[in-house]
Amino acid sequence: MPNYYQPEIETASREQILAWQNERLVKQVQHVWDNVPYYRAKMEERGLTPADIQSVEDLHKLPFLTKADLRDAYPYGLLGKPLSECVRIQSTSGTTGRRVVAFYTQHDIDLWEDCCARAIVAAGGTKEDVVQVAYGYGLFTGGPGLNGGSHRVGCLTLPMSSGNTERQLQFMTDLETTILCCTPSYAAYLGESIAEAGLRDKIKLKAGIFGAEAWSEEMRRDIEQSLGIKAYDIYGLTETSGPGVAYECSEQSGMHINEDHFLAEIIDPDTGEVLPEGSKGELVFTALTKEAFPLLRYRTRDICVLTRKPCSCGRTHVKMSKPMGRSDDMLIIKGVNVFPSQIETVLLEQGYPANYQIIVDRVNHSDTLEVMVEMSPEKFSDSLADIHEEEKKLVAALKTMLGIYAKVRIVSPKSITRSEGKAVRIIDKRKI
Amino acid sequence: MNIHQISIFLENRAGQLAQVTRVLADHGIDMRAISIAETSDYGVLRMIVDDAEKATAILLENGYILSMTPVTVIAVPDQAGGLAPVLEALAEGNMDVEYMYSLFTHKEGMAYMVFRIADEEKFAELLAAHGVILADKEELGLK
Repeated sequence: MPNYYQPEIETASREQILAWQNERLVKQVQHVWDNVPYYRAKMEERGLTPADIQSVEDLHKLPFLTKADLRDAYPYGLLGKPLSECVRIQSTSGTTGRRVVAFYTQHDIDLWEDCCARAIVAAGGTKEDVVQVAYGYGLFTGGPGLNGGSHRVGCLTLPMSSGNTERQLQFMTDLETTILCCTPSYAAYLGESIAEAGLRDKIKLKAGIFGAEAWSEEMRRDIEQSLGIKAYDIYGLTETSGPGVAYECSEQSGMHINEDHFLAEIIDPDTGEVLPEGSKGELVFTALTKEAFPLLRYRTRDICVLTRKPCSCGRTHVKMSKPMGRSDDMLIIKGVNVFPSQIETVLLEQGYPANYQIIVDRVNHSDTLEVMVEMSPEKFSDSLADIHEEEKKLVAALKTMLGIYAKVRIVSPKSITRSEGKAVRIIDKRKI
Repeated sequence: MNIHQISIFLENRAGQLAQVTRVLADHGIDMRAISIAETSDYGVLRMIVDDAEKATAILLENGYILSMTPVTVIAVPDQAGGLAPVLEALAEGNMDVEYMYSLFTHKEGMAYMVFRIADEEKFAELLAAHGVILADKEELGLK
């Protein structure tokens, strides 16, 4: 028997969903026009006024927003409400080191938490459940999002945050956690730790909601087996709220997008042209209900496919496939967005040559990041201790910029391949 | 005095040492002393060669990153207890040895040691006070 958090919305007819979208889009465009001069200028450049957007059919006329816009408009340029109306920010890394800061009114938080609640209920959650949230808390959206959703469902919520595996396992066994929320790599790691500690019999988990990084079907099977659960994917991005933009149901074949809040399009990343349903392309979101950070046609850079085929779970909202790649060079490492340009910025600041290579791998289900940099005459010293000291400074600067640890490997000058044309900057060995 | 050591950056992987020694061999450079300090990822190859100027030019041409460091070479009796008094004198003078290594070249009954000490002047005074013999370029066959 399928469970819904908001059945009247989650199983609404396509006509009803479209009606909501039409009404909300018109309202949202007016809101943006009135309150976000940055986007209004973009519309005016195209000779558009709110009157040109009468329904979802007109969506394609609107200009896109990209990460570059978020950078240009940082921090308040895309704000749709006075700061006095805002109650929260969440943040994620952006290109060249400038962070993305997203604002929320209480209304925005409420809707975001509703979306997360839908995901928890779709994974079988009820008020009887004990939900262990092992996503990071703080600026990262993972912890706060699922925490809020869990409260809404009425689950007993364990705000563990990430890391400290021993403590995670202790709470998991003592309080008999039934639903685990974290990154898939951490879930896999917990699975191994449980086996090592011989705690399998004491684990009462039934489901897990895992997102913020790419994971394969093979990894899903491993996690489901090691934890004895059903593992559900969840999708989101800080720019549009956080996790809960889309989530998996019992069918586990794609994630339902909360279409009453987020209007999804698939475009050709090169031309910007809207592609027909079923095409593989870049996912674009228009936030229909967000007040404080009302992004219209925001390019996610995630490549995926949408399908409106009826789902056995009874939900009528469109499904997106797992992202199959990116249309930019952003890497998601340990759930954290990393841009090669951020690494380049740090190297140049620290006086290293900009010829570098990033090696990403997954060891024991956990992502690793290694930055190869070339030794330069300026950085060389006869003293090994001096070189090591410089290396430590670089590691610290990278940690500050990226928010995650990167191993630095100093290599011979001119040893990083300079291929003709585009340099190979990223080697991603993860098999996802 | 006035002996210069060449220090080269080398990545810690197979073939790196072979490559640099081959370059020097092909240009007739004779190494008189080598020492390596390394971490798991990289190392510094330090060496005294017969023609430092020529070697430097060749190594730079071949893309190596290097530096020249003044070092002191002393001669000590090649027998048990030959080196200890020198190091004891340094310890008494509260001077740190950054690193030291030995030369391949021998003289009848004597061994040569390369010292890198931050304060060279003070080191020279201390050596003189203890009657330690400094090696010169000529006896080491250096240009």
